[in-house]
Amino acid sequence: MQDEITLYVENEAGERIAVPAPTDMGLSLMEVLKANEFDILATCGGMALCATCHVELVQAPELPEASDDELYMLENLPNLREGSRLSCQIKITPDLDGTVIRLMADH
Amino acid sequence: MSTISTDICIIGAGPVGLFAVFEAGLLKMKCHVVDALPQVGGQLSEIYPKKPIYDIPGYPMVLAGDLVQNLMQQIEPFHPTFTLGERVEEIEKLEDGSFKLITTDKTEITCKVVVIAGGLGSFEPRKPAIENLENFEGGKGVAYMVKDPEFFRDKRIVLAGGGDSALDWAIYLADVAKELTLVHRGTTFRGAPESAAKVSSLAEEGHMKLLLKSNVTQVHGNGQLESVTISPDGAEGYQVEADYFIPLFGLVPKLGPLENWGLELEKSAIVVNTVDYSTNIPGVYAIGDINTYPGKLKLILCGFHEAALMAQSAYSIVYPDKKFVLKYTTVNGVPTM
Ligand SMILES: Cc1cc2nc3c(=O)[nH]c(=O)nc-3n(C[C@H](O)[C@H](O)[C@H](O)COP(=O)(O)OP(=O)(O)OC[C@H]3O[C@@H](n4cnc5c(N)ncnc54)[C@H](O)[C@@H]3O)c2cc1C
Ligand code: FES
Repeated sequence: MQDEITLYVENEAGERIAVPAPTDMGLSLMEVLKANEFDILATCGGMALCATCHVELVQAPELPEASDDELYMLENLPNLREGSRLSCQIKITPDLDGTVIRLMADH
Repeated sequence: MSTISTDICIIGAGPVGLFAVFEAGLLKMKCHVVDALPQVGGQLSEIYPKKPIYDIPGYPMVLAGDLVQNLMQQIEPFHPTFTLGERVEEIEKLEDGSFKLITTDKTEITCKVVVIAGGLGSFEPRKPAIENLENFEGGKGVAYMVKDPEFFRDKRIVLAGGGDSALDWAIYLADVAKELTLVHRGTTFRGAPESAAKVSSLAEEGHMKLLLKSNVTQVHGNGQLESVTISPDGAEGYQVEADYFIPLFGLVPKLGPLENWGLELEKSAIVVNTVDYSTNIPGVYAIGDINTYPGKLKLILCGFHEAALMAQSAYSIVYPDKKFVLKYTTVNGVPTM
């Protein structure tokens, strides 16, 4: 099994920054983004309570559906997009290799 | 505008700011507490009031909201005063060494000691990306909070959002407003089911308008809001007359004005001396989540400890001529003020 994948964070200029992510540590996408010092607050530490880890999935595989708690938070956001998710609710798995995201949280 | 004079002004009514009132009170120092939010409790009230907390000594489990209530009860004997719903914007050091603080609503507080217990910063409304929105802020038709519902009596109001506060205010304002429209991007409400049901029935009975799968996309007016454009999903927008537009999309913490007070900062936190949690400005302390030092843990417990040490140090500023001898509360009892 592949134990490291690459994710891409697309910035406003459309450039994609490669971010390596280990798959064997049970991390969430939020934790990987924070560890790589992207500008997200993640105030609640991954409890789907603050929405400060909001991302848009630009290119991604089919993911497990968002829980009701996550959907509730997302519905509250003014800048919701089709591919909006809370990055703390997404587990890093080998399937996510090549996923492209945009950071959407205000800070 | 009002003026308040006190020994210690505490910025932030989170758990740490509240407990600082207790520690200061034991040493006969009087506190005034300011918070940008309309209620006390900081993160505990704003983010997780119903969550159980397990690491408060003496409580195997306590709900965050209950902990805040208990802290309020614990500090009651010291009669602290509060300014809520206002953010501290400026700190000024006066010639005699005391401080003057000024809030967003121009409340002035003079004090001998400033204690910053600002947590993650002040909670600010999450704003929708609408052009020119800021031109209508500050009483010109766009509000992010309903402080006093009577203010909106007989006005035409457009609310936006799909969470509990949008639903709760829609229900309340349906009676008060001349015309009320709730605009929600989704098709369902995941807030309290009773509130969602009540909003649907108010809309069916014609007491308010409910527009689902829609967004407010523009605001119009000449110095004062006159109308907003509402765009249904994928369709052309249309203009609706409105005196007030109230987007309710929750709050995000922002460091805000704190950044400009000349304090030494490191990664958005205030650097302190762990002897007494003083900052680089004499007379200004920082406790709780807002400070940083080697080994810092962002826990309520740690903030409580910091509050106790801060109070011992602040005593020598508030009472420069008295020598303080530490006694336990069991010796003195809980004094009152
Ligand atoms: C989901 C979640 C779960 C948690 N669980 C636990 C737990 O189980 N145990 C634990 O110990 N900790 C827990 N924490 C951490 C804990 O909540 C914080 O450590 C604690 O709230 C810090 O308290 P505080 O008083 O320093 O700041 P806060 O609670 O953040 O309060 C700061 C207040 O200051 C106000 N403020 C800031 N700037 C200004 C200004 N310029 N003017 C006016 N007001 C201002 C803000 O509006 C805010 O109300 C949790 C945190 C989260 C998000
Ligand atoms: S970190 Fe708070 S919702 Fe994800």
